[in-house]
Amino acid sequence: MIPNEFDYLVPTSVEEAVGLLQEHEDQARILAGGHGLIPRMKRCLEEPRVLIDVGRIPELHGIRRENGSVLIGATTTHAELEAADLHDTAPILPQAATVVADPLVRNRGTFGGSLADAESAADWPAVALALDAVVHAVGPERARAIPIRDFFLEPMVTALEPEELLTHVEISLPAGADGSEAGMRYEKFTHPASGYAVVGVAAVVVADSEGVCRECRIAVTGACARATRATATENLLVGEVLEAQTIARAAEQAAEGLELVGDHHASASYREHLVSVYTERALLASALSTIDQADSTSPQ
Amino acid sequence: MKQVNEDTGRYFGREVVRREDRNHLIGNGHFTDDLAPPDTLYVAILRSPHTHARIRSLDTKGARKLPGVVTVFAGEDLKERLNPLPPNWVLPGMSVPEHPALAYEKARFVGDGVAVVVAESRYIARDALDLIRVDYEPLPAVTDAETAAKPGAPVLHENAPNNVAFVFPSRGGNYVRAEKKADVRVRQRIVNQRMIPNALEPRSVLAEYDAGSDGLTIHSSTQGPHNIKHRISEVLRFPEHKLRVVAPDVGGGFGSKLHLYPEEVLCAFLARELGRSVKWTESRSEGFLATNHGRDHIQYVEVAAKADGKITGLKATVYANLGAYLSGMGPGVPSVNFAFMVSGTYKIPNIDVTVYGVYTNTPRVDTYRGAGRPEATHLVERAVDLVSQELGMDPAEVRRKNFIPKDAFPYRAPNSAFKYDSGDYEPNLDKALSMVGYAELRGRQRELRREGRYLGIGIASYTEFTGIGPGRELNMVGFQYGGWEYARVLVHPEGTVTVYSGSADHGQGHATSYAQIAADSLGLPIEDIRVVEDDTATVQFGNGTFNSRSMPVGGIAIKTCCDQIIAKAKQIAAHALDTREGDVTYSEGKFRITSEPGTLGTAARTALKTRRAVVGTAVRAVSGLDMPRAKTAGGAVSWVEVARLAHFVSDYPSGLEPGLDEQTFYQPKTLTFPFGTYVAVVEVDVKTGEISFEKFVAVDDCGPVINPLLATGQIHGGLAQGIGQALLEGAAYDEAGKPVTDSFWNYAMPRAGNLPSFETAHTVTPSPANPLGIKGVGEAGTIGAPPAMVNAVVDALSPFGVKHLDMPVTSEKVWRAIQESRTQEEQRNGGRR
Repeated sequence: MIPNEFDYLVPTSVEEAVGLLQEHEDQARILAGGHGLIPRMKRCLEEPRVLIDVGRIPELHGIRRENGSVLIGATTTHAELEAADLHDTAPILPQAATVVADPLVRNRGTFGGSLADAESAADWPAVALALDAVVHAVGPERARAIPIRDFFLEPMVTALEPEELLTHVEISLPAGADGSEAGMRYEKFTHPASGYAVVGVAAVVVADSEGVCRECRIAVTGACARATRATATENLLVGEVLEAQTIARAAEQAAEGLELVGDHHASASYREHLVSVYTERALLASALSTIDQADSTSPQ
Repeated sequence: MKQVNEDTGRYFGREVVRREDRNHLIGNGHFTDDLAPPDTLYVAILRSPHTHARIRSLDTKGARKLPGVVTVFAGEDLKERLNPLPPNWVLPGMSVPEHPALAYEKARFVGDGVAVVVAESRYIARDALDLIRVDYEPLPAVTDAETAAKPGAPVLHENAPNNVAFVFPSRGGNYVRAEKKADVRVRQRIVNQRMIPNALEPRSVLAEYDAGSDGLTIHSSTQGPHNIKHRISEVLRFPEHKLRVVAPDVGGGFGSKLHLYPEEVLCAFLARELGRSVKWTESRSEGFLATNHGRDHIQYVEVAAKADGKITGLKATVYANLGAYLSGMGPGVPSVNFAFMVSGTYKIPNIDVTVYGVYTNTPRVDTYRGAGRPEATHLVERAVDLVSQELGMDPAEVRRKNFIPKDAFPYRAPNSAFKYDSGDYEPNLDKALSMVGYAELRGRQRELRREGRYLGIGIASYTEFTGIGPGRELNMVGFQYGGWEYARVLVHPEGTVTVYSGSADHGQGHATSYAQIAADSLGLPIEDIRVVEDDTATVQFGNGTFNSRSMPVGGIAIKTCCDQIIAKAKQIAAHALDTREGDVTYSEGKFRITSEPGTLGTAARTALKTRRAVVGTAVRAVSGLDMPRAKTAGGAVSWVEVARLAHFVSDYPSGLEPGLDEQTFYQPKTLTFPFGTYVAVVEVDVKTGEISFEKFVAVDDCGPVINPLLATGQIHGGLAQGIGQALLEGAAYDEAGKPVTDSFWNYAMPRAGNLPSFETAHTVTPSPANPLGIKGVGEAGTIGAPPAMVNAVVDALSPFGVKHLDMPVTSEKVWRAIQESRTQEEQRNGGRR
């Protein structure tokens, strides 16, 4: 199909981009990688009058470390995350990047774009929720930090104001100072048509040297209208020793409270089942990696 | 020119790299949408959003007023001016409902065109669609064939009560008796789902009208330009000799681009009406709605067998969905193509098939890679596995037991009009089993089951028919094609050659494989051969590319024509060498005198030499000039010299027409029947129903292979599509009949990541039907892969008592089948307690 006419603007600074957003108000959409927006425009599901391409704003791009946190610029591509050396800090980022759609999409699509798009079955919203990330945005008046748990409001709707631009995402590492270790994993059942998640589960667990779970964050995407924390399972695990049976039992509750969705490839009830299985898989892999780390750091 | 290579060897059987690829890779291809003559107008089509609706009124005034809009037509405006689109396969006795280029009074599926806009740009044309006001009255609709054939279903066409277009019976032997005497009987309902072909290049049509010559030229992304030319002439009431149809580079078709489409008719009509060039290019979304679909059968199967695994009878009642209108071969695919092939590679003495061809409120259904044979093969290969499971026998052994024996060829199934030309199935099966390590795999399967892991091994044997022709037999079953293929071989004065074929490459690699055949037949290096197709102005006749017919029919036409060229060239060479034609042999660019002529030959040579001397002397005496003499050396004359002589006739047989330019209409003697064995090995995760590949082995037999690289490419592509059908693809409609699968967001095409690494091999059983012994190979993969895959998954799940799963075998279906089996198990246990 052919989209309606639109203007295409290319700001070169955050300030300029925000100015353009202000000028065009709700007529404008931000274009980053375009892999959510452009297919929708082709099918006339969305008809913005103005596209503001933020791909040429240098400060929005790249991965930095600051004070023990990882800062990911909004226009950093999935492929760049896939190749990033984050294995000692947030290994879930390069690991999850490998299962985002296909290599062509990964070369164009962006991390910030995926979060701001808030597509109900995208991968990054679940990963960001599990990492308890902080979204940084700049508006005409001020810059602000939005905790990720307050970020996703409805499918395709975020806490960003129409005049705000997502600049970067901050990820603070969950490992405690008491020698505890964080393990993390994203497990995905890929949608055979769209490449999004039928079910995607991101898990981040922190265990102490005794193997007791100190922190646990699990987030589910695909099975529900927006990425959601699986709090029932989280609560069952904190304070428990991370053993396979405990994990399996807790994972059975993972779909509790989710508003499940389905389509002709996978019904809601099948997805409910998959949420438990994939939660178990993500937790087992996370728990295993805490043990691996503990093993490799403990003096022999 | 490059001199003739003395050491060409044979090109047949060599992995010659595709000559087409470079152009495509560097962007030198020319697809229809790449062409845009100055002042081209653009066409957009308003399509029904309703599954079935009466058109109460249609108002085009608003659209006409939009600046840049040239004209707008509704179906009502065109019904008197255009003939309906004709199918070209009409079964004896069936009625044909009207298929207008644009629907009027009633729209019969979501995507049915109801109005057409022509504008200065494609953007204006598209915007104008929003300004057309249509008042629809939605009508009850039906999308599945079995429901549509029931009394009381919504009716699409008045001349097809109950929506049944035809009932096609195909019987032989006595199934009822076989069933009575059988030790076991199995029954199964099998759905062969509706497929959306999705060629890489969307359809596109450009029509140009030249008022001066009253000539109409149509470029279209089609597999059959000659057939399209003939049909457009009929629909437009415009004479064929003023029509030219060109299929430039075509990016795939899979059968979906073989038949006449409303858009081709509309563009041709509009170009003539407006005296301007008009172009339409399908969007991918339109392609989902308005390009032909494939398959879509609901099959009820019964098999009768003896306790030793011998299958004695097969019965099938089939509801085949034709869509809302008849497409070109719509009626032939589910009847002749399907019913005659239901017994596959097996000698089954009693067969009883009834096919109901049914109209529904869906896009037209027609040829899709395999066209009838995948539906037949899936049916019989599932049936054989059901029998194996019922008897607790190894499915490989049940196949072996029922194979048509090698000495039974030519073989005709009891219900069929076709005769299988050749086959030798057992060595092919054995090769596949040994490649996959069958015996060892069965052992591993048992071990893994004890660990709670579920390996599945699925076998499928197939045979199919390729190289459609001969025409007369096909005409008896209503197929209105000549069945032949046309070739012309033209030798240029310097000795290079242009080969023309009436087939129509759309990605197969004809420029390479045909050149191999011609280079061998003419003893020339392949560089000296150019292959030309796809334009009715340069290739005057043709039937097109479908049914894997290009090599066994088009290729043999070229070989036959090359042989005609050599026969004539020998006459020219014999004259130059002062010998008789029969004493000349030709190979690799040289005509030579046979070394040891007999007494008569020697006498003839002396006589010819004497005559030349006498004539030469006489001419010299009168004119003072020397007779021109051909360049010969050591009793040989080169190809290049013969080509020169043929055009400049300086030393030329009297009475022989100049030129080396031959044409032929090659009519094949019979169809050819390639065959093969596919083995899929999968593991099923019983927790989620996910299927992963261990191995996929494909052993094909298409006779001698012309180009192994291209043949393997065809197999790989076919397997990808076959596995796509087995696991992923399938059109879906909601309860209101609206399409659920209307884009790549919701229609799952197979991607590289969904596929295993294929292990392929060949056995070679030549066809007696043609001098090269070749058979077609283009559709094998889509025919054999689906049952191999489904058999593998069902085999993996056999400990759960699962007997059948319909395609696409999604993880959810697998998981549900396991759940159901566990529930039944629990109920049984509960009942016992």
